[in-house]
Amino acid sequence: MTRRLLRLRVDPILCDGRGLCAALLPELVGLDDWGFPIVSVEPVAPARLDEARAAVRACPKLALSLVPAELAVRRSDGGVSRPRPG
Amino acid sequence: MSSGWPDDTAEAPPRRTVPAPPAGPVGLPRLLSPAGLPGHAGLAEHLAAHGHRPAVPAEQGGRLAFVEEVDRAGLRGRGGAGFPTALKMAAVLAERGRPVVVANGTEGEPASAKDKVLLAKAPHLVLDGTELAAEAVGADEAVVVCHPAVLGLVQAALDERRRARLDGVGLRVVEAAEGFVAGEASAVVNWLRRGRPIPTRTPPRLSERGLYGRPTLVQNVETLAHLALVARFGADWYRSVGPPEEPGSLLVTLLGGVERPGVYEVAVGTTVSSVLEAGGGSAPTAQALLLGGYFGTWVDYGSASERPFSRAGLAPLGASPGAGLVAMLPADACGLAETARLARYLASQSAGQCGPCVFGLPAIASQLEALAAGEGFRRDLLVRWLAQVDGRGACAHPDGAVRLVRSALRVFREEVERHARGRCIAPPGRRVLPVPALGAVP
Repeated sequence: MTRRLLRLRVDPILCDGRGLCAALLPELVGLDDWGFPIVSVEPVAPARLDEARAAVRACPKLALSLVPAELAVRRSDGGVSRPRPG
Repeated sequence: MSSGWPDDTAEAPPRRTVPAPPAGPVGLPRLLSPAGLPGHAGLAEHLAAHGHRPAVPAEQGGRLAFVEEVDRAGLRGRGGAGFPTALKMAAVLAERGRPVVVANGTEGEPASAKDKVLLAKAPHLVLDGTELAAEAVGADEAVVVCHPAVLGLVQAALDERRRARLDGVGLRVVEAAEGFVAGEASAVVNWLRRGRPIPTRTPPRLSERGLYGRPTLVQNVETLAHLALVARFGADWYRSVGPPEEPGSLLVTLLGGVERPGVYEVAVGTTVSSVLEAGGGSAPTAQALLLGGYFGTWVDYGSASERPFSRAGLAPLGASPGAGLVAMLPADACGLAETARLARYLASQSAGQCGPCVFGLPAIASQLEALAAGEGFRRDLLVRWLAQVDGRGACAHPDGAVRLVRSALRVFREEVERHARGRCIAPPGRRVLPVPALGAVP
C-alpha cells in the first residue's frame, strides 16, 4: 500500500506560540521573532513522519496537524513564507 | 414580488422563452443617480428610473441561466478581492442545504465611503440585488449588513418595500460591527452568528458552511447593485462600459489632495488621471497615490497616472483597484509619516487571534515610526518582519499591512534616504489620510 504524502499545517488562531513543535522538529519548523512556528509546506519525508506525528500530538493547543500534501496550500497554513534565516 | 421586465404587462412572467432585456441606460452613472435624480432615491424614484426587477425562476435551470448571464457579464466583487460573482454564486448553488445570502455593507475601511454613499442614495438597487442573489442560489433568507451611518435609511427602504408588497425574499437589515477587519466576509458571518466581528479560519469556505452552518453567499453591496442592473438589462448592456476583460463601472472614493474628495462612479479602465479628474484633480501637486485601500499599494504618481484603473492595468504596478479607494498624496506631505500612521492603525485593528499579526504589526509600525521620525530605524529588522508576517494570519489582514509598507519603502525610497539624514519634506504635523482615533495604542 502506498502511503499518502503529508505536510504540516498550523492553525494560526489556535497556536499561541509555545514552541514545542520547533523544539521537536527543528528541521521542519522554524520560529519567527515572536516565537510562532513557520512550518515547511513541503511533504514530510516518510522517514520523519513518526517524529512529525509525535509533534502533532505534543502540541498543547492542538494547533499543529498533518494534512494531505496535495491539499492546496492556503496562505494561513503557517508556512507560506518559508523559514527565513533573516 | 415583481412580475417581470419593466414593460411586461402580462400576469405571469414568461417561462422558458427569455425576452430580450429592455435597453438599459446609456453611459454613466449607472448606480448613483438614477435618471439624474439627486440624493436619495425612494422606491417611487427607483422604480421610475429602473422599473421593477425581473424574478429569477425558482427552478435549477432558471437559476443556472441567471448565473450564466452574470458570468457572461463578467461582474466581479467590489469589496476588494475582485472575485468573479458568478463563480461564488455557482459554488453556493452546488452545495446541498438551503443557502443564506449576506449583503456586506460593513465598509470597515475608514477612508472608504462608497458603500455608505451607495446605500444612502440607492438602497433599493442594493435590496433588488440582494433579493436576486437570494433567488439565484435558492436562499430563503438574506441579511443586509449596514454601516451604522446608513442603517436607518436602508431599514426605511425595506419598510417602504414591505408597504408596497415588494418584499419577496425574507430580507432583514442588521447593523454592522465597526472596525477594520469587521468587513472581511468570515468576520461578517461571525458577527451575525456570535456577535464577534472577527475572521474565522478556512476551511470550511463560507460557500460550504457559513451562517447557521448553511451555504452562504457573501457579496459586497456595490456588487449586488450591479447585479440588479445586469438582471434588468443583461450582460451585453453591462459590458458596454469598460474594457472587455474587465467590463462595467465601479464606485471610487477619492480623498487626500484632490479638490473635491468624495464618491464617484467611473468606467473600469479609465486612466488613473481621469479618475482623479472626477474629483477635480490637481495633478501638478500629486506626489504619489495610495490605491485600493489602507491595505492597498502606494504608487508613484508619474508611473500610475496614464495607466487604466483596472486589475489588469494596475497589476504591473503591484496594485489593484481593491475597494475603489484612491488617496492622493500632495507634494508637501510625507509618505513615510502617512504610512507609519496607517501601519499603527492597522496594527490596532488586528482581531488579536494570530500571533504573527498581534506581535508583528506593532513591531513593524514601530520601525516605521522610527523611520518617519528619523531616529534609530533598522531596515534589516523591518524587511525581516515583513517577510515573517506575510501570509501568516487566518485572514489577509497582516498581508494587507505588509503590502502597504513594502510599497511605501519602494515608492518613497528617496524619502527613506532623506529621513536617514534627518530631513523630511513635510511641515511638522502635516496629515493627509484620515485615521480613526486610536484608543490605547499597543
